[in-house]
Amino acid sequence: MLFTSVLLFLWSCDEDGITTYVPYEPTPFPLEIPKLFSDNIIDPVIPFDNPQTVEGVNLGRKLFFDPILSGDNSQSCADCHAPENAFSDADRFSEGINGDLGTRNSMPIFNLAWNYDENFFWDGRAFSLENQALEPVANPIEMHSDWKINAEKLANHAEYTELFYQAFGNVKIDSTLVTKAIAQFQRTLISANSRFDQHLLGTTTLTPQELNGFNIFMDESRGDCFHCHGNANNPLWTDNIFHNNGLDATFTDLGLGAKTGDPADNGKFRSPSLRNLAFTAPFMHDGRFATLDEVINHYSEGLQNSSTIDPLMKAVGNGGVQLSESDKSDLKAFLLSLSDPTFINNPEFQDPN
Amino acid sequence: MKFLKLIVPLFLFVFISCGDDDTIQPTSGELSIQFNHNWNRKEIEFNEQNFTNAFGQELSITKLRYLISDIVLHLPDNNSIPIDGYILVDLNESNLIAYAPNIPFNNYTGLSFTFGFDENDNLDGAYPDLNSASWNWPSMLGGGYHFMQLEGKYENSGTENPYAYHMGTARKNPGEFEQNYFNVALDGFNFTQESTINIQMNIAEWFTNPQNWDLEVYDIDLMMNYDAQKLMNVNGKSVFSLGEIN
Repeated sequence: MLFTSVLLFLWSCDEDGITTYVPYEPTPFPLEIPKLFSDNIIDPVIPFDNPQTVEGVNLGRKLFFDPILSGDNSQSCADCHAPENAFSDADRFSEGINGDLGTRNSMPIFNLAWNYDENFFWDGRAFSLENQALEPVANPIEMHSDWKINAEKLANHAEYTELFYQAFGNVKIDSTLVTKAIAQFQRTLISANSRFDQHLLGTTTLTPQELNGFNIFMDESRGDCFHCHGNANNPLWTDNIFHNNGLDATFTDLGLGAKTGDPADNGKFRSPSLRNLAFTAPFMHDGRFATLDEVINHYSEGLQNSSTIDPLMKAVGNGGVQLSESDKSDLKAFLLSLSDPTFINNPEFQDPN
Repeated sequence: MKFLKLIVPLFLFVFISCGDDDTIQPTSGELSIQFNHNWNRKEIEFNEQNFTNAFGQELSITKLRYLISDIVLHLPDNNSIPIDGYILVDLNESNLIAYAPNIPFNNYTGLSFTFGFDENDNLDGAYPDLNSASWNWPSMLGGGYHFMQLEGKYENSGTENPYAYHMGTARKNPGEFEQNYFNVALDGFNFTQESTINIQMNIAEWFTNPQNWDLEVYDIDLMMNYDAQKLMNVNGKSVFSLGEIN
């Protein structure tokens, strides 16, 4: 909005109707907000200095899938954030360009414009989607590149100079513009067409098993998943808040605590969304669980006590909520009803290069 | 996202803004209503096991958020000024203040509010900001929204156990629900200039008066526990008091 006003002001300064300077104005491309989102939750976060545009999204998409941003031109964002894995990958830890492995599981990417607090990564250390994108490019165990070199590579690339001009006008290419474009593309990655969404919209009928699984999810004395993972009125299926969910008695990875320095935050990680679990294994911040069954078993009987365990892991004294085998099976069926094949197959989200 | 606003005729504001000399005094201003928290006058520090309830149990607090709605200012002539909206007080997010603009300067005889939502307001899924905060109360327990989430740990025979003191609609039997909100009426106050009225919550009162709360009996799975929900309701009525105006 502000951007547009400034442009209009420039136009009005022209004398005698003769245009001497034509600022380039990209085409607005507002997010298509799904009905379940607009009906139930507050608006997504779009930074005032990075409005969604057709040209910006197209550029961001191209950059996301292009290995040009890595140190040896071998790896793109999509290598660890692939569409078929709901923009995560199938590995426990992802491999960087030098073959190094990280210590955290690649996070899936969807509905990120609704992360209202804008704390990204498992430990929330990056504020805003734009800032988040700065890190993996420069990280020595990931894409291991240098932003200045990347800016030069792009500035010397005829197609990219044109695309940057179309997206942002006559502005020098740098990490800020690159991450703005990537963030614009990421904000378009909206997933809202799971079978459970269709059930809420009245266009499909869930099985009795799936419906019972949802009741277990919402039952404080059984699953009690809803306090951290949304409900029928919160289609994000996450609170995007940091919790210690009882994985370990002692911590090798402090999570949020390493960011804040507060021991009370040790072992806390951001709740992931339960959407698209069919595509995002393995699970947890360190990818320790290969299957959804292992995840359910963890909450049922595998909880480990520690000083910072969330009180919502309330059955820790019994090792977990002790679900019956049939409850586990129904809960899993419900969880899988939150997966959205149309999201991973959306042609707008595939590699354009 | 959580705001309170008062619908007051706009001319008040216009009248003030057009004043061109010192003789015209404003007749209304913004009233800030700040929620403060203590444990029997002790300052609240999260994550530390340094509180003892009336039952003698040591406990910590890791989370406290609660819903206040239908704030009403009462005038001497028995009229009242309702303040639209609600506030989700959240100590973790430091969301503690409700703002009410254009409140007439006056000597108010009282301030009242609803703890939680009454039956007219407690509509399942009706408030996007509360949905976004995952503040919903399960439909199997009557739906609508939580009224409070107070969580922490308590000491029991040398081990730390969790508690989750969550309040909302009470389920008497499957499919049979009872309203569980309550009204709070506080003393009067003089509002002569833009200022902040402080409301104190003594968290210890949730665990006593009239009934002492035994965390070994009521610690977890309280949402579907009818007796626990009604006990929260009776104990909650004494937790608030009026503090200073500044």
